[in-house]
Amino acid sequence: MIIDHPLLGPRDAAEFVYLGDVSLIDRPDWQAEDAMQRFHEYGYLRDNPAGLHRELWYHEQGDRSWLVVTRDTVTHEITSVELARDVARQRGRSK
Amino acid sequence: MRYSAFRIFREGLTGNKGWKPVWREPEPKSEYDIVIVGAGGHGLATAYYLAKEFGLTNVAVLEKGWLGSGNIGRNTTIIRSNYLLPGNEPFYEFSLKLWEGLEQDFNYNAMVSQRSILNLFHTDAQRDAFVRRGNAMILAGADAELADAAQLRRELPFLDFDNARFPIKGGLYQRRGGTVRHDAVAWGYARGADARGVDIIQNCEVTGFDIENGTCRGVQTTRGAIRAKKVAVCVAGSSSRVMEKAGMRLPIESHVLQAFVTEGLKPVLPGVITFGAGHFYVSQSDKGGLVFGGDIDGYNSYAQRGNLPVVEDVAEGGMAIMPMIGRARLLRSWGGIMDMSMDGSPFIDKTHIGGLYFNGGWCYGGFKATPASGFCYAHLLARDTPHPTATQMRLDRFMTGNMIDEKGQGNQPNLH
Repeated sequence: MIIDHPLLGPRDAAEFVYLGDVSLIDRPDWQAEDAMQRFHEYGYLRDNPAGLHRELWYHEQGDRSWLVVTRDTVTHEITSVELARDVARQRGRSK
Repeated sequence: MRYSAFRIFREGLTGNKGWKPVWREPEPKSEYDIVIVGAGGHGLATAYYLAKEFGLTNVAVLEKGWLGSGNIGRNTTIIRSNYLLPGNEPFYEFSLKLWEGLEQDFNYNAMVSQRSILNLFHTDAQRDAFVRRGNAMILAGADAELADAAQLRRELPFLDFDNARFPIKGGLYQRRGGTVRHDAVAWGYARGADARGVDIIQNCEVTGFDIENGTCRGVQTTRGAIRAKKVAVCVAGSSSRVMEKAGMRLPIESHVLQAFVTEGLKPVLPGVITFGAGHFYVSQSDKGGLVFGGDIDGYNSYAQRGNLPVVEDVAEGGMAIMPMIGRARLLRSWGGIMDMSMDGSPFIDKTHIGGLYFNGGWCYGGFKATPASGFCYAHLLARDTPHPTATQMRLDRFMTGNMIDEKGQGNQPNLH
């Protein structure tokens, strides 16, 4: 697989480390009433779809940026690559 | 029809006209006591033990494709019970004991061959860990034997003992481990279940669950609705896709695992050998091909094929322990989809929905577990209590803090 890095261009997926579902960006509020339940869902439960999947990849052998890759889990085709920083800010995270 | 040497002899003299199809192809009935979703190794084993051990024969096994089309025919055929943790080891030892009597039990030649499995170690610390594991195995009634380098040099002279980076210091044997002809396991269980009255229904995909007031009353399929008192899902690899239809999210990611086989060679490997410093395991099939594999590719996938970086990694692992493998030509490679769970261990459990049961999360260790998985699942379905060897394989164990994490990797499925 080739990941088209937004800053560096096309890079071999072997340069990256795979973390998992993009929902890992959305860490729950630890002070919420139902924090226990939500951390269980955050830490352990996954949608695991067959089809388009947004996921976190870390460019360990490159610029060490975190990317959000949109990839089809049935064909391995990658349709979009974003900086995870940008995605997190769009979701209301400050850093 | 019972299979025996006499039967082969008699059929040989009468033109082989007496052989019958091994199972029926029945139309689905409108209602069963138990519907099992998925006719892979585990689903068929569940049906077999339900009928044979628990006397429940009003059972259907539904299969989306054809019988045994998933990982029962894609794995590297290894059986063993060399686990460490109390939640796992008694279960896998129970499985190995079932393997030992399986062919007589279901009267089918599955070529169970206890040719041993050897886990190599390469450092003093790893030796200590393997001693501990061996002791845990012995405590659970399994067999384990520590071999030093001198013994292995006599037994397996082709290994690269003086490798500069990963010298071989010894290994942990389980002599009762070995290999099995994997597809025969599906045929044997299917035949045994069918003969006892279980309906095996192929080309019948489950499209939904009929859940009324928190209780599952049956399934919708591509061949019509089927009512059932109990529905038992057993579709490892596709667990998330199927359980999503019941509104459940699982502690599972689906990953692809590749396997490889070389051209046929003269006998060179006496048993199964695994690399201790990387991920590589190899055995030789009875046809002569070296059958080997390594790590999963490491990203969510339902593609049943992998990518080249893992091919290279597996080849490097092979070259690191037995350089002679570099002379063999690769014949085929393929991929299968694994339920990778959050702690690397499986689930055999009820769900929060009444009458709906779940078996999955086998990671890449499902094949060796086939007999015990079927037996324990059948036990749970028949008696509504877990089998004594499978009491910890709960779906809610991440909420209660009772993970069964053999490698201590935490909730990162691609590291198990």
